[in-house]
Amino acid sequence: MTAARARLEPDVAIVGGGPAGLRAARELAPAVSGAVLVLDRESRAGGIPRHCAHTGFGIRDERRMFGGPAYATRMVRAAERAGAVLRSSAMVTGWSATGGLEVTSPDGLFEVHARAVVVATGARERPRSARMIPGDRADGVYTTGYLQNMVHLQERAVGRRAVIVGSELVSWSAVLTLRHAGCETVLMTSEQPRVEAYSLFSLPGKHLLRVPVRTSTRVTRIIGSPRVRAVEIEESPSGNRTTIPCDTVVLTGDWIPDNELFRSAGIALDPATRGPVVDTELRTDRPGLFAAGNVLHPVDTADIAALDGVQVAAGVLDYLAEQRRDGQHVRITADQPLRWIAPMIQRVGARPPARKRLLAWVDGYVPFPKVVARQGGRVIAQRRLPWPAVPGRVFRIPSEMLSGARPDGGEVRISLG
Amino acid sequence: MIAPQDAGSEPADVAVIGAGVVGSAIARLLSGYQLDVTLLDARDDVGDGTSKANTAILHTGFDAAPGTLESRLVAEGYHLLKDYADRTGIPYEPTGAVLVAWDAEQLAALPGLREKAERNGYRETEIIDADEVYRRIPALGPGALGGLTVPDESIICTWTATLALATDAVNRGARLRRAHRVSSVRRESEYTVLHTNAGEVRARWVVNAAGLGSDTIDALFGFDRFQLHPRRGELLVYDKQARSLVDPIVLPVPSKLGKGVLISPTIYGNVMLGPTAEDREDREDSSTSADGFAFLRDKGERIMPALLDEEVTASYAGLRAASNLGDYLIEVDDRQRYAVAGGIRSTGLTSSMAVAEYLVDQLGKAGLRLTERTALPAPPRMPNIGEAGLRPYADAERIARDPEYGTVTCFCERVTRGEIRDALHSTIPPRDLGGLRRRTRAMNGRCQGFYCGATVTGMLAEAINEEPADAPANEEESR
Repeated sequence: MTAARARLEPDVAIVGGGPAGLRAARELAPAVSGAVLVLDRESRAGGIPRHCAHTGFGIRDERRMFGGPAYATRMVRAAERAGAVLRSSAMVTGWSATGGLEVTSPDGLFEVHARAVVVATGARERPRSARMIPGDRADGVYTTGYLQNMVHLQERAVGRRAVIVGSELVSWSAVLTLRHAGCETVLMTSEQPRVEAYSLFSLPGKHLLRVPVRTSTRVTRIIGSPRVRAVEIEESPSGNRTTIPCDTVVLTGDWIPDNELFRSAGIALDPATRGPVVDTELRTDRPGLFAAGNVLHPVDTADIAALDGVQVAAGVLDYLAEQRRDGQHVRITADQPLRWIAPMIQRVGARPPARKRLLAWVDGYVPFPKVVARQGGRVIAQRRLPWPAVPGRVFRIPSEMLSGARPDGGEVRISLG
Repeated sequence: MIAPQDAGSEPADVAVIGAGVVGSAIARLLSGYQLDVTLLDARDDVGDGTSKANTAILHTGFDAAPGTLESRLVAEGYHLLKDYADRTGIPYEPTGAVLVAWDAEQLAALPGLREKAERNGYRETEIIDADEVYRRIPALGPGALGGLTVPDESIICTWTATLALATDAVNRGARLRRAHRVSSVRRESEYTVLHTNAGEVRARWVVNAAGLGSDTIDALFGFDRFQLHPRRGELLVYDKQARSLVDPIVLPVPSKLGKGVLISPTIYGNVMLGPTAEDREDREDSSTSADGFAFLRDKGERIMPALLDEEVTASYAGLRAASNLGDYLIEVDDRQRYAVAGGIRSTGLTSSMAVAEYLVDQLGKAGLRLTERTALPAPPRMPNIGEAGLRPYADAERIARDPEYGTVTCFCERVTRGEIRDALHSTIPPRDLGGLRRRTRAMNGRCQGFYCGATVTGMLAEAINEEPADAPANEEESR
């Protein structure tokens, strides 16, 4: 490597200028004496909301409703007004031998040594290859992120007839984007068995957007070259296969955190989220390294990511004030039908998680879920919640359920009874 | 739209059909003589057929059939291509390989393989015991009994290799014509006329290096001496986070069915598992299959279970040209002034430059006048897209000279705006996304375009729109 890296020494470096990182910067900039530097690799900070044209952003954090781009702009401005330094087109490529962040930008190479680092790199949707969908090598196959960048940021055309794979919240966002681009959604497929279970969106979605949905269905082959001409779908349990003509396929949801900086730092990853293991104050097991946003819980809405920013800022300030959190702790893990839970560690004397909620992901629909917390086989709390557990969006569990956990009692396992 | 006669250009001395790695190497060598060379390809890009989707290994030739032309040309080609890679910057990494024996029969085969390697002129192999196998490849699954090391097997960028040879040919004056599919030939007294979908091409001599189409072209010249069939090889490419699991290439002990499934680091910092070997009919069909994926996962589970916990970054299928002959067919018919380099199977990447030397030598003996040109242009310096070398995103001096090299556009593969721009304006610019991806790695990473797809396709569309729309396809690349 060429040596010449300019050295920067802010108090706090934040990797990722989406809702979580920007909100953390806004909280931290007025509270620390040194600089708070946000590094964003996109040409403009703001994160995923930049290319989500629909409304619904800002409800729980800003207490107002915004469209995605307006919300992104607001978050950027607020962080800047608070005194944070934002650098866009600045990509963190790894860690230096001395523990600094290596950064590439049009202004040159940097090595950033901060007293505390917050990684808020978000999550991405698994593409076709990671889902291992076989068939022809066809153009016209997108993830929602790719599609929305095309349509809303580049104003490019897609096809005329789309099949959407998946039925998470984001899948309906894809329907809106396609409609904006003049592309009809001819089918939405879901591997889940129940249509009403998908999301709050599905009923209005089905009727207002007129999208036919097929449940218990997966895409088994992509057909067409150079551009997609059709997909083959398979219904379960019959195994019947049908070919659906289309010129566009959007693979939605199925998120994976952008976890590379944690993994290359040797930070333990949670096998279920594939993001870093953090405690309720969003500390990783390396002192001074924090995480926030959807890199922890793939994925929740932007406002929740932003509130992680508030949470992590408090943890960072404690750390900078040399308040240690090295008391006893318990590990929190999810049992079926919960796929994952975050945060994953509760420490003695630490703050409760953001909004006093543990975040979880569920693989099947449960209308009135009874949450059960066990420690060493003993039930320490159980509670029936008034909201359903729905696949495709985060399921929230009150963190008071952990209050009966003994610090020396070992792992707490959360499941549905 | 289609010119009936390619009146605008002079007849060539030699037309080379097929701009894969072998055809490009031949065109490059021929254009070092005082010859007017045309290089044609049916597809929209060079190296877009069998050359693009192989296992990208620079072979020592240790396991070739001793005494064959293939054995000789692979051994020679290894050194020629490595030397050329040093001069042009084609990325390669000398990773070495270990053949792993999983049962008593395979273990018993190792001494024979060692002896065979020596008969092929390769003397560096070594038989190692199970402990040593696990010391070299700690992530290997349980049950390995021993192994054979092949320290000089290397990984190489097959895309850059073909592109470098073709670029060199064009720089030396060869005319490249992509999207020219030869459908029939007509013999005239002095010339052979090649009919293509984009007009006619005349040449005094014709070289057939058409890869999977070489038997078809050979038949157009009246021969019936070999048949090819496409053998599909499916591959899975795992995330860069798996790279630390695999250092040397992990090879199976070869059986009669082929070389079997290997696990190899890739030159781009990933890990590859494959290929399958499935005989097919359709020579254009490079689709992947659920059965192929299942087969590879099953094999991978046994060879290196930890690999399967990683994300799959890409999957693809390549078609190898399986021949009914046991060897390469490289012959010249001086009566028709026609030469063939056929049945060049997956070893052709390594042997390409030796195939070119052998074939051009034959052409000379058959009467093609080979007068060396003076003042040849220097070989091209290719952009480094290999993970091991210094890439623009990490090159402070380069970024200081041009900030576009500091603008990372494809995050996963760390491809900068400057590199994409350069590729779009290179000697042989890409005409489609696949071509741009092969030149830069953009969009080849774990997100497959989630972040950068729109920007990259936008840059490509802009560059293609800049080209004059009404230029006839067959003149666009004339020099």
